[in-house]
Amino acid sequence: MQSDGTPGALQQGHAGQCLVATGDWTLVHYATLCGEVERNRGAEALELDQVLRLDTAGVVLFARLLGVERLRLVADGDRSLSAERRALLRTVCDALDKVQQQPEQRAPSALTDGLARIGQAVQLHLQNLVGLLGFIGLTLAIAARLIWRPRRWRMNALMSQIQYTGLNALPIVALLTFMIGAVVAFLGATVLDAFGASVYTVDLVAYSFMREFGVLLAAILVAGRTASAFTAQIGSMKVNEEIDALRVQGFDPAEWLVLPRVLALLITLPLLAFVGLVSGLLGGGLVALLALDIPLGRIMAIYRDVPLQHFLVGMGKAPLFAFLIAVIGCREGFRVSGSAESVGQHTTSSVVQSIFVVILVDALAALFFMEMGW
Amino acid sequence: MSERREGPLEPGEPIIQVRGLQNRFGEHVVHDRLDLDVMPGEILGVVGGSGSGKSVLLRSIVGLLRPSGGEVSMLGEQLDQLSERRRVLLERRCGVLFQQGALFSSLNVTQNVALPLREHLQLPRAEAEHLAEVKLALVGLPPHAGRLAPSELSGGMIKRAALARALALDPDILFLDEPTAGLDPIGAAAFDQLLLTLRNAFGLTVFLVTHDLDTLYTACDRIAVLSGKRVLVADTLSVVAQTDDAWVRDYFHGPRGRSAQLAAHATREA
Repeated sequence: MQSDGTPGALQQGHAGQCLVATGDWTLVHYATLCGEVERNRGAEALELDQVLRLDTAGVVLFARLLGVERLRLVADGDRSLSAERRALLRTVCDALDKVQQQPEQRAPSALTDGLARIGQAVQLHLQNLVGLLGFIGLTLAIAARLIWRPRRWRMNALMSQIQYTGLNALPIVALLTFMIGAVVAFLGATVLDAFGASVYTVDLVAYSFMREFGVLLAAILVAGRTASAFTAQIGSMKVNEEIDALRVQGFDPAEWLVLPRVLALLITLPLLAFVGLVSGLLGGGLVALLALDIPLGRIMAIYRDVPLQHFLVGMGKAPLFAFLIAVIGCREGFRVSGSAESVGQHTTSSVVQSIFVVILVDALAALFFMEMGW
Repeated sequence: MSERREGPLEPGEPIIQVRGLQNRFGEHVVHDRLDLDVMPGEILGVVGGSGSGKSVLLRSIVGLLRPSGGEVSMLGEQLDQLSERRRVLLERRCGVLFQQGALFSSLNVTQNVALPLREHLQLPRAEAEHLAEVKLALVGLPPHAGRLAPSELSGGMIKRAALARALALDPDILFLDEPTAGLDPIGAAAFDQLLLTLRNAFGLTVFLVTHDLDTLYTACDRIAVLSGKRVLVADTLSVVAQTDDAWVRDYFHGPRGRSAQLAAHATREA
């Protein structure tokens, strides 16, 4: 490919119908040459012996002008061309035979396209849901099979997952719930002050964190932090064919990879939720103490008098969230196929799905517990 | 791929000229005062034991690696003295086939080949993809392969698709890093033939790093042996095979070398 030289042109030859190609017919001049070819559509014959440089792009354009068959006749018949040039013409003609001539242009209809896309999306989500239920079933089946055999729990993997998903997540969970606790307290103070009831700020913080925020915030953080990690870990093993390697050696990838992760999260998320709860109460309490001048004894008394059921309602959701997050993260990892881009897509998808599911289940649970009067 | 070569290159002048090339990584010296010429229109096979710096040589010629010393000139221009713009123009005249193909996994095969056409030459999409399909057919891929993602291709198809991408801009020089490694013998032999066909049609110069003795016997015009941090010998196969060196002897006259020689003779007679 060279940048200099004169772009090719087509000229009317002396002998009637015949066109004469001159100049360079190369990729750099493609746009000019395209126009030249369009102007001379339907030519019958072509002389190529005055062409200076020629490459595949030039030959493709000649073929567009003459048709592949006629160009092949030129290549075979024109003795004035060098052997290399005829070889080039023939090779590209052979290749063109295998390609449909013109790039087809499909006229997209906005309406049908839109409908088709909606249909595909619905179908995809239904399939996804069925697949997720299937994976949950598979995980439960393996867990049921192995629950009585602790020796096959993969203790090393379990411990390292506990460290990674639990211990390492501790600071961020504590810090964020602390801050949200303070924010809730400020919010309560602003609203309740109008009724002269700012002392109830402490009740607001206590009830909201025990029932909802402690576990919900911890679950959302874990969903963002751990579900993505599970997907990326398992996904890159899939890309690297390590999953297949496990399978052919007679190991069950779900037993090796899914179970330790699910168990680890079942252990750590309730603990993280408890830490979140306590640190939220701390944050709220600190604001009540310093900004609202509520005495410490009063705050502690309110915390102590919250009925136990609220704590249980909150913490009871933690194992459910843990299971859902771990299962979604692992399943998305197994759905990765072949490429680096796919790992990225499924990691995103696992975070979005797990946060969505956590909030959805939490909303349903809130409704249920309220109706039950718990 | 323009089959007439013009510009600053004199007739008889090498298209790639490596002089006194030095490459070292920390204490480890890979090349020391290495000289090599590649002539226009030839297929040069570069061989050498594992770790002898074949791929490093290729990388320093195409400019992926800045050599610690010495100079490389290509198409009559010295690489380290070029302005950024001229360097890009020069790079466009080289096509590189990486060992693993290095196809972009987020694009399908046709888009992979069309990418340089669209980006460097601003061709409209339909035109670029049409040219890309021609390139895919040139390297012997079936038409439906263009719509596949790189992860859906077999090893042989990946090499062919990567070759089509290397040929996208009709380069003058083609660099191939172990093109037949990991292919079955039939696929490898077909690749050798494809290489010869393309070279004869387009007048390409090919710089070929390989371990494959069959490729050396069937496709290469000259062979350069890398040994002891420099080019031990660069000449036709018969001359190279006679070189008095332990590695060369083991390589060409070992059991695999002999059988490749026999096979090449048999093909030529048939």
